[in-house]
Amino acid sequence: MAAAAAANGMSCGGGGGGGKGFEVPKVVVRFTKLFINGQFVDAVSGKTFETRDPRTGEVIADIAEGDKADVDLAVKAAREAFDNGPWPRMSGYERGRILSKFADLIEAHVEEVAMLDTVDAGKLFLVGKARDIPGAAHLLRYYAGAADKVHGETLKMAQRMHGYTLKEPVGVVGHIVPWNYPTTMFFFKVSPALAAGCTVVVKPAEQTPLSALFYAHLAKEAGVPDGVLNVVTGFGPTAGAAVASHMDIDKVSFTGSTEVGRLVMKAAAESNLKPVSLELGGKSPIVVFDDADLDMAVNLVNFATYTNKGEICVAGTRIYVQEGIYDAFVKKAAELAKKSVVGDPFNPRVNQGPQVDKDQYEKVLKYIDIGKREGATLVTGGKPCGDKGYYIEPTIFTDVKDDMAIAQDEIFGPVMALMKFKTVEEAIQKANNTRYGLAAGIVTKNIDIANTVSRSIRAGAIWINCYFAFDPDAPFGGYKMSGFGKDMGMDALEKYMQTKTVVTPLYNTPWL
Amino acid sequence: GKELSNPFASQVVTEPKAPIFLKISVSLHLSSRSHHRPEENQIAENLLEISQQHPAGMAARRAASSILSRRLLTRPSPSPASASPAGKSDLLGAGEVLPSKLRGNTEQNYTTSRLPNLQVVLVAGALLRFSTAPAAAAAPTEEPIQPAVEVKHTQLLINGNFVDAASGKTFPTLDPRTGEVIARVAEGDSEDIDRAVAAARRAFDEGPWPRMTAYERCRVLLRFADLVEEHAEEIAALETWDNGKTLAQSAGAEVPMVARCMRYYAGWADKIHGLVVPTDGGHHAQVLHEPVGVAGQIIPWNFPLLMFAWKVGPALACGNTVVLKTAEQTPLSALYVARLLHEAGLPDGVLNVVSGFGPTAGAALCSHMGVDKLAFTGSTGTGQIVLELAARSNLKPVTLELGGKSPFIVMDDADVDQAVDLAHHAVFFNQGQCCCAGSRTFVHERVYDEFVEKSRARAVKRVVGDPFRNGVEQGPQIDGDQFDKILRYVRSGVDSGATLVAGGDRVGNRGFYIQPTVFADAKDDMKIAKDEIFGPVQTILKFSGVEEVVRRANATHYGLAAGVFTRSLDAANTLSRALRAGTVWVNCYDVFDATIPFGGYKMSGVGREKGIYALRNYLQTKAVVTPLKNPAWL
Repeated sequence: MAAAAAANGMSCGGGGGGGKGFEVPKVVVRFTKLFINGQFVDAVSGKTFETRDPRTGEVIADIAEGDKADVDLAVKAAREAFDNGPWPRMSGYERGRILSKFADLIEAHVEEVAMLDTVDAGKLFLVGKARDIPGAAHLLRYYAGAADKVHGETLKMAQRMHGYTLKEPVGVVGHIVPWNYPTTMFFFKVSPALAAGCTVVVKPAEQTPLSALFYAHLAKEAGVPDGVLNVVTGFGPTAGAAVASHMDIDKVSFTGSTEVGRLVMKAAAESNLKPVSLELGGKSPIVVFDDADLDMAVNLVNFATYTNKGEICVAGTRIYVQEGIYDAFVKKAAELAKKSVVGDPFNPRVNQGPQVDKDQYEKVLKYIDIGKREGATLVTGGKPCGDKGYYIEPTIFTDVKDDMAIAQDEIFGPVMALMKFKTVEEAIQKANNTRYGLAAGIVTKNIDIANTVSRSIRAGAIWINCYFAFDPDAPFGGYKMSGFGKDMGMDALEKYMQTKTVVTPLYNTPWL
Repeated sequence: GKELSNPFASQVVTEPKAPIFLKISVSLHLSSRSHHRPEENQIAENLLEISQQHPAGMAARRAASSILSRRLLTRPSPSPASASPAGKSDLLGAGEVLPSKLRGNTEQNYTTSRLPNLQVVLVAGALLRFSTAPAAAAAPTEEPIQPAVEVKHTQLLINGNFVDAASGKTFPTLDPRTGEVIARVAEGDSEDIDRAVAAARRAFDEGPWPRMTAYERCRVLLRFADLVEEHAEEIAALETWDNGKTLAQSAGAEVPMVARCMRYYAGWADKIHGLVVPTDGGHHAQVLHEPVGVAGQIIPWNFPLLMFAWKVGPALACGNTVVLKTAEQTPLSALYVARLLHEAGLPDGVLNVVSGFGPTAGAALCSHMGVDKLAFTGSTGTGQIVLELAARSNLKPVTLELGGKSPFIVMDDADVDQAVDLAHHAVFFNQGQCCCAGSRTFVHERVYDEFVEKSRARAVKRVVGDPFRNGVEQGPQIDGDQFDKILRYVRSGVDSGATLVAGGDRVGNRGFYIQPTVFADAKDDMKIAKDEIFGPVQTILKFSGVEEVVRRANATHYGLAAGVFTRSLDAANTLSRALRAGTVWVNCYDVFDATIPFGGYKMSGVGREKGIYALRNYLQTKAVVTPLKNPAWL
């Protein structure tokens, strides 16, 4: 395998890459218990589960396994903190100050948390240090600055009445976050909820519990009062389900797969009708027009598909290229994919780390197999990499048909499906031919095409001549079965607010 | 007897509000002094020079300031030749920016709309008999407490550097506790404004500030807020020294409010949203909010730091560059914090601070063709001039936060003790030097007598003294001009038949301390009920019904703020809607959160500061429109 990879020009370091020209830092796991009411505690059951290093498949640490009883305790603490505690009663400015401090503490621990995400999720260490972790601090600062900018409105009533709206925190929020961006997703959820004055119970993914527990510790240090932020590590069917169906949780926000999103919504409906926001799967198209700068387009598409080993809900995985440049595009895309260095995510020269776990690894390989059987042409990649850990080669299929599984299903791995189109209308029709609607990319220099296509694609984020253009001020969330409700921006703050209308009669006023 | 040479003797009651531009400057007085012995001038100047060359020479400096301040305090009224009563000719004379026609109009405005021919000649010492000297008033005769701060910055701040004025001139800034010179400060004039605008222009047109991300600007402002907190004690001491407000107030409220305001606008920087607007078909239209450019800002002396924050915070958050003209009475704190802003990472040229006078530096800024926006806080009279200069030069948009004569209305259902206390603070806060001072206290007839008696008792208890001393509630007025003006108004109140129930005189025999003064039985047409006194003078008026008080409260050309004190929900709702004022405080007063917009109706100003509304002052609105070909929907 290693020889084959080398022949492909690919450095399939795998777990064996360690120690060659770079150093794997010593990772210390400081927090392994549930964080409830400001304390790290064992699970009620005393049970633990293993979290594994996807570079090797080896156990990193044993983590307390939260279940319904633990979620009950966490919700009780959050309920008390909301109903009687200082958090929703302090000014937005005071909350903002604490969140700013939280951001400063994250910046002071960038290296340490980046390491945790790398061993837990196989994410590139350098990217974590340079982007993911500082990005979390940035997001916190954004919402720290938003906490004192929650505005109700005075109303123009049609009667002699004075009316106004108050935006009030919704209460106890349940957050269920995924494993692909353990840090980013944690703060997508937690930052606006805390800024709004809510208290939260976070259920991190069982694959990646480490950084969430570390953040709970930092939150306490920053001055977040006990009970305001609780973290219950554990599994979806047990702890996750308990969050979704809890009668004392006022709102649940979930990021993950569309199937599980459906379960969360059902549980919410069957319990206390708590409002739900879902950020689910995607099969996002990138439409490359003939007038595009070819090299730029190839680079952008490579980035869009393979970032974070394809484990990203907005991955650009359906690549529609206009017929005029299609052949040239395929050739260059394959060359670029082959150059990608797959290996230990601590190695600074590596572009792609391992898939998060054995299940995901096997699922991706299964889809590659389906692609081949459905008749698509495997241009490059398609195989595992190295002899241990969960590494997979960057993979490209051509001759893909819209109805193939690899063009319809979210693979969540480094697999690109390349397709050809002729006209703008056809591109729009194909781009929309999906049950998902999370994101889309457009590569063109033509203003009319850019405007028409960006309005016509049914997706929550359109990136024109760029991709993954996430920003704290830019709301993010899906159309169709990619979910509803927005993370980030002022929209996300709204998500954690109730609107109360207050009305009283007016007598003898000179104007209304 | 001992007041024979008091400075308000034989003066004409003139300018009802302390104007920024129109202030008769200390330096003008000095230069126009012909009746002082020249050798004394020479000695003082020599001593000053020595003290400037030797920073340790405090003794020399104190001696010099003492001579200078004695001269100031004992001066007779300026003759019409050396300074016009309203000081307006200072501006018009110095700037030569207004043609005589316009000048005439302005003067006419003054004497007709604002100063209806009231020319009261005061007799020296006459006020003494009105004195109700409170026990606490002896304090100012104590030796002033030495402030725990050194004056580090006295030069102009242009393009990131502290520099002398182009002319080399300086002016003294005085300690209002004594009238002594704290420091001599570079005196900016039009040439310095030109330099500052050129620096700001370059920083805007070519520099990094408007080009960096909003988040980066946000971080600079956040770091600045942290630095303000780190240096809070020094900043507060400097503010109290230069302004005379209590240290408790500057350290306990104002410096924290500066940090607060900066953090507030830091948080806005990355949340400035334009709308994407619908069109009737076929077009994509979006709105961009872009920084307006170089902002000229002129701030007053009553809240030097806070006004700095209100002006500079939103302007910088939006990506503008700034030329700030501070009040000549209080140039020090802005220079100090402006340096901290640079330490926080502000690029050179983004904030330039020019100390100097209104008629020279201020007028140059207002008329400058390279300034894209003006914001002014000060008197209504000066605001009119600012607006005129903007109109006559490049039509730059102007935000004005001007004078007021704000009503504080006490209904008959009010808890009188609470109402008295709140009304007291509404008018006496900051020595009464607040544009929004609740200076017309309207009290319902059913509680009037009790209210007046308790207000008297409260005023007499008010502790006047060295603002650095613990427990002091009221320091000195800003300077001799204000001091004189306030005492003239007190005299006018007495002469017009109002009942002086408390105060009425100066406190001590040096500095600019004035007794908390309360008038009862005032009538709406008395000057003390109409003009902005800008001093510790409460005017209590009687009313009998809601409709009546609304009518009377609104019968003013001002409309800055109002207070309503009642337990009745309906009265509160009716009054808060019926009063024509930019802020209505119900059962509270002077609540100044960074989030709450502030500004005036009528002649109290144009535009709003603070809150999201202040962003509008510093943003341009650009609509970008392009056709849509075959969009799926509109």
